[in-house]
Amino acid sequence: MRFLFKTDYEDDIKLFPHSGYVVSYGLLIALLLIAPYVLSSYLMSQLVFVCIYATVGVALLILTGFTGQASLGHAAFLAIGAYTAAYLQKYNVPFPVYFLAAGLLTGIVGAMVGFPALRLQGIYLVIATISFAFIVEEILARWESVTNGNEGMRIKTLSLLGVAVPRDSPTFYFLCLAVLVLTIVGTLNLLRSPTGRAFVAIRDSETAARSMGVNVALYKVKSFAISAAITGFAGVLFAHKLSFISPEMFTLQLSIEFIIVILIGGTFSLHGAVLGAIFIVMIDPFLTYLKDDMPGIIAGVAATFGAGTEAAGNIQSKVAAFASLNGLKGAIYGIIIVLFVLFEPLGLYGRWLKIKLFFQLFPLYKRATFKRQKIYVKSERNR
Amino acid sequence: MLDFVQQLVSGVALGCVYGLIALGFVLVYKATEVVNFAQGDLMMLGGFFAFTFIGMMGLNYWIGFAGAVAAMALFGMLAERVVVRPILGYPQFSIIMATIGLGYFLRSVAGMIWGTDDFKIDTPFSQGVLRIGSLVLAYDKLSVIAATIILCALLYLFFNKTTLGTAMRASSENMLAAYYMGIPVKRVVSIVWAISAAVATCAGVLLAPITFIHSNVGLVLGLKAFPAAVLGGFGSIPGAVVGGVLIGVIESMAGFYLPEGWKDVAPYIVLLAVLLLKPEGLFGLHVRKKV
Repeated sequence: MRFLFKTDYEDDIKLFPHSGYVVSYGLLIALLLIAPYVLSSYLMSQLVFVCIYATVGVALLILTGFTGQASLGHAAFLAIGAYTAAYLQKYNVPFPVYFLAAGLLTGIVGAMVGFPALRLQGIYLVIATISFAFIVEEILARWESVTNGNEGMRIKTLSLLGVAVPRDSPTFYFLCLAVLVLTIVGTLNLLRSPTGRAFVAIRDSETAARSMGVNVALYKVKSFAISAAITGFAGVLFAHKLSFISPEMFTLQLSIEFIIVILIGGTFSLHGAVLGAIFIVMIDPFLTYLKDDMPGIIAGVAATFGAGTEAAGNIQSKVAAFASLNGLKGAIYGIIIVLFVLFEPLGLYGRWLKIKLFFQLFPLYKRATFKRQKIYVKSERNR
Repeated sequence: MLDFVQQLVSGVALGCVYGLIALGFVLVYKATEVVNFAQGDLMMLGGFFAFTFIGMMGLNYWIGFAGAVAAMALFGMLAERVVVRPILGYPQFSIIMATIGLGYFLRSVAGMIWGTDDFKIDTPFSQGVLRIGSLVLAYDKLSVIAATIILCALLYLFFNKTTLGTAMRASSENMLAAYYMGIPVKRVVSIVWAISAAVATCAGVLLAPITFIHSNVGLVLGLKAFPAAVLGGFGSIPGAVVGGVLIGVIESMAGFYLPEGWKDVAPYIVLLAVLLLKPEGLFGLHVRKKV
């Protein structure tokens, strides 16, 4: 086990505490850079979605994970970003301009949502953000002169400095990756600055933060604005990737998906957003794979364990019938959420940390290290 | 004027449905401070149980109704035991996510078992209307209003007058202290989930003639009932019904008098406005934290 010797504050807030970080993240970046030349085009497309979802995940982590303000309205921010891009593109505005404009506009809307949210706590905040998302969805469907209503809007191919960047080209993937990496680095810097520390203080105890001199209202609005702006940037990429947007894409379902991203990844670290995004995006191809191959595999296993050919065929058709049931995906989704909340509350990144610690401390690892404290005196109501 | 009254009555009937679902939210919240996002889906499941008993097995309406309520009460206890009890005492966000997951699961499983068609239950109130002058009131809507008033009164008395109700309020304030006082907190929580699932079933069965039963009905109505509960101030039983009626009336008035599109958002706009002025809802208690 490595012990870091810190002598001053600068040591404590380093982005790369030791050389191991540089090597492992360097390797990861190198792998991601050669990915388009190795992976199939389908997987590349999924990887682009991973980048977009992870960007939104980081945005949501700033608000929910680090400032402690739950939001079920991030699909609306994504929609505002996407529609701004689509609208400005109609007037031949160049990509860098509408990219920044989308982020700016979404940030302003985020701040506007943040102000009323100042007075709301917990469940009231959740319902307020849901209401906001519904209202935005309805506006998108009704404001036909701008958004083209329920017909949806088409987005032309991205053109960056005069060069066309099709949505399935490696360049587009590099663009999404760059946005994700910049977002992560920017957020890491934000979190080690006074602003980020104020966010964490508000999450841990609003009263304590206020008595330490943190301007709670200001930082909450800031958190909303930053989170919304990043989601707006992601929205532009999302619109380009799909090349067609309509209001029914940005429903509560999508907001819940974003929350699931950070919940499954882990809400206490930015790693969580990326891991969660990989999980959510890759679950679809995985389920398709299960549906196609699982019946054969199970029948094969049954045959090896002495079941006759007829029985094995019977099992195969039964499993196939089960796998092609309509709502299976939703059921698996639900079970995954419940299982994560019950058994892995720290998410995938938490599991990684546990495994790492297990090997670092080898015979001395204790389960209780990661045990959460239960609070039976309810504080949510009297906060 | 007649249009107005007609809209008002149908708004109140619709609102009572929201209120009934909101009652389930409030019950669970009042006793455990858990927000159950799967409440609408419990209602949907209750409706399907009743449909199975009445429509498919051909039982008498009232027997089927009672059977569905009993089955759902057991199911509510099961859901509490499996999903909620292990995480009781953890931050509210975890519990919200767990119930959202439960909702997903119930919706898909119901879709697998009963298919995705709309179902209708024949009730004694399905046909017939009450005429007062030129005002026409359908019996199925009146039955919803009546049931809501009765259930609301019963639950209000239960919470404020009985020992079990007092125990529930105590365990919501402070589970540990309630446990020290000899209240079997686990059993109390279990019972309150059973009651709330039973109330949800009542809503589902009464609703069946009006909106039909399909696997997504819980999501759609749950999302309307949730603002109702918030509007009334989470944790107040009369508040839930008043909030539900307000949402229902606003929705039906907006649908009648305002241009198309307002019907769906008007309740949310009103909700946001109320939350801005009174963040704890209309009937909510505002308690300051002592430091």
